[in-house]
Amino acid sequence: MTKKKGFLDFVSESTFIHILLSIILGFLVGAAFLAVMGLSVGAAYGRLLNSVTSLKGFSYVVVYSVPYIVAGLSVAFSFKTGVFNIGAEGQFVVGSMAAAVVGILCGSLPKPLLIPLCFLAAMAAGALWGIIVGFLKTKWGINEVLSMIMFNWIAFYLSNFIAGIPAIKSEGSAEATKNISSNASMLFSKDFIKSVGLCPTANWGILVAILVMLLVWFIIEKTTLGYELKAVGYNKFAAEYGGINVNRSILTALAISGALGGLAGALQLMGMGSRISIFSSQEGFGFAGIVVALIGVSNPFGVFIAGLFYGALMYGGSKLNLVGAPTQLINVIVGTVVFFIAISVIFRRLKFLKKAPKAPPKPPVSADKKEVQGT
Amino acid sequence: MKKILSIALVLCMVLAFAVPSAFAADTVKIGMVTDVGGVNDKSFNQTSWEGLQALAAEDDTFEVAYLESKTDADYQTNINTFIDEEYDLIICVGYMLADATREAAEDNPDQLFAIIDDSSCADLPNVACLMFAQEQASYLVGLVAGSVTESKTVGYVQGMVSDSMNLFGIGFITGVQEVCPDATVLQYNANNFGDIAGGSTAAKDMITKGADVIYQAAGGTGIGVINACDEEGIWAIGVDTDQSSLAPEHVITSAMKRVDVASQDISKAVAADEFVAGVHLYDLSNGGVDLAPTRDNIPADVLELVENAKAAVIAGDVVVPTSVDDCPAFTLDD
Repeated sequence: MTKKKGFLDFVSESTFIHILLSIILGFLVGAAFLAVMGLSVGAAYGRLLNSVTSLKGFSYVVVYSVPYIVAGLSVAFSFKTGVFNIGAEGQFVVGSMAAAVVGILCGSLPKPLLIPLCFLAAMAAGALWGIIVGFLKTKWGINEVLSMIMFNWIAFYLSNFIAGIPAIKSEGSAEATKNISSNASMLFSKDFIKSVGLCPTANWGILVAILVMLLVWFIIEKTTLGYELKAVGYNKFAAEYGGINVNRSILTALAISGALGGLAGALQLMGMGSRISIFSSQEGFGFAGIVVALIGVSNPFGVFIAGLFYGALMYGGSKLNLVGAPTQLINVIVGTVVFFIAISVIFRRLKFLKKAPKAPPKPPVSADKKEVQGT
Repeated sequence: MKKILSIALVLCMVLAFAVPSAFAADTVKIGMVTDVGGVNDKSFNQTSWEGLQALAAEDDTFEVAYLESKTDADYQTNINTFIDEEYDLIICVGYMLADATREAAEDNPDQLFAIIDDSSCADLPNVACLMFAQEQASYLVGLVAGSVTESKTVGYVQGMVSDSMNLFGIGFITGVQEVCPDATVLQYNANNFGDIAGGSTAAKDMITKGADVIYQAAGGTGIGVINACDEEGIWAIGVDTDQSSLAPEHVITSAMKRVDVASQDISKAVAADEFVAGVHLYDLSNGGVDLAPTRDNIPADVLELVENAKAAVIAGDVVVPTSVDDCPAFTLDD
């Protein structure tokens, strides 16, 4: 049967198409909200498109995307290995704080030494945050989702506490840490930024994000470790029967996922923020990582694209107020996209819609049957 | 046919994107950047924005827009957006934006800025620092609290400990102690401007300890304080805006900061080409801070006392302290 694949078959089988459909539906729902509010859809979406397509705008998008991509990779890694890292938020926060502490206190170290040191500190802090939760899970069976949500708040208040320590706190009136040493900053030089026309916070964090993406892909797809972690993710009982130490796998998965979450925090700090404010509410990079991982269906390359998409929405969306549209529109769009991805199984059903009408031209069979019954 | 239709639709879209909105040549564009509290914080972000909206409504040469900051790193991006869009004046709301404002102002010497509640940029030639004597307004509401308390116990909830925020507490406690020297002032630092539940818990704790008037300078957290006071039937004192509408029966008064007036003043100055850099102080004498206009709950004799005190402050006979050292009863800074 070399039957040509129909359009509906194509749509129902390709995950990529499901995501594309979800995104289109997200924008349609956003448009509906705009229309209900009496705002111009063209003006709002035009603004969104305009602000991310110039060179400067696109460089902003890339800068915005880096923490989302890496946080997304952190969550995607946990999805692949059967745990749900809802604690990326906390890992992000402790990671960025660890990098800030190193970046402030060891500011005299040369750049090639200080930057890796900040990364290491952030990854160690994030990994620790993941391992504690993993320990609670493997030792006493405490559900990681619960403890992670609580650990997010522990990280939040710990960060605020550290930001208030005199050696760390800004000397001015700002409710924030000092700025990290310029040796820990990943910004391009000011002259380069000006001559090319990039955004003022352009930095080489995106290269780190690409490296991390490749690394995550390599670990998951090409190593024994990745095989074991995935096996535990698919079915931990089968994995255990197959001789894999499930508890150790869970700890490893959470440690790596946590390290990535921490690294995302360091990238945000060293690329863009330069300091950490005393939070009055969670900044939500880790939670955004969950969204990015969902949109990227936990595929490292998908997560990369999804992170860019999310970054574009965040940066472009921040300008919606200029045309009178609320920035919350972005949340509506993202929420709708995630909703449709979560129920993307309905797209798979589209195939059956098509097959249903094909059923009637089968009367001969039933006629035969009747004859058989008759005799 | 479908193709033609779709091409026509695409063309419509392209045209919609391409046609630039036409601006009158003499339009004055005012951009406002909020801090992470957002534009609906029922506090100074909201007040500033309402002030600008009112300005744009009465005078259509003004075009106003705001950008909300979600994280600390957004301040710089938002300021740069307004610079790229060639806004005439960028109003940065709150001292949290001080460093971002300084950096942008130094990089763009031709761009005019105004910043609310910060004086650290006063040395720059293109930044106007809009400062409020919040200790004076707090002193007045302190007099009210000290006069109406029967249990001689009043409460004070602060959103964050900083030199600028401490002025609220110092002024308030000075006022309370002036009319009721043996009053106890229960003090609590919520360390959070957005925690309504936490504010409510803190207020109920104070009420259990006997407080019958509570003043809050804590943004969203303070709304929780007012809610708790409303439920328990004691007096609450609002801050920044006239918060009487939150609980008309139980908000006795509010310490107003006319952030809206300040934003309008500086915008008008830019329009008239009379922008002045440096510190612009808004205090009792120029109506920049005051008791809220809703005064139905304040007894007449107390109101008279407050008016006299206000006159004394304006005349310079009374100087409200601004330093923690001059107000030993203020303990949040320890």
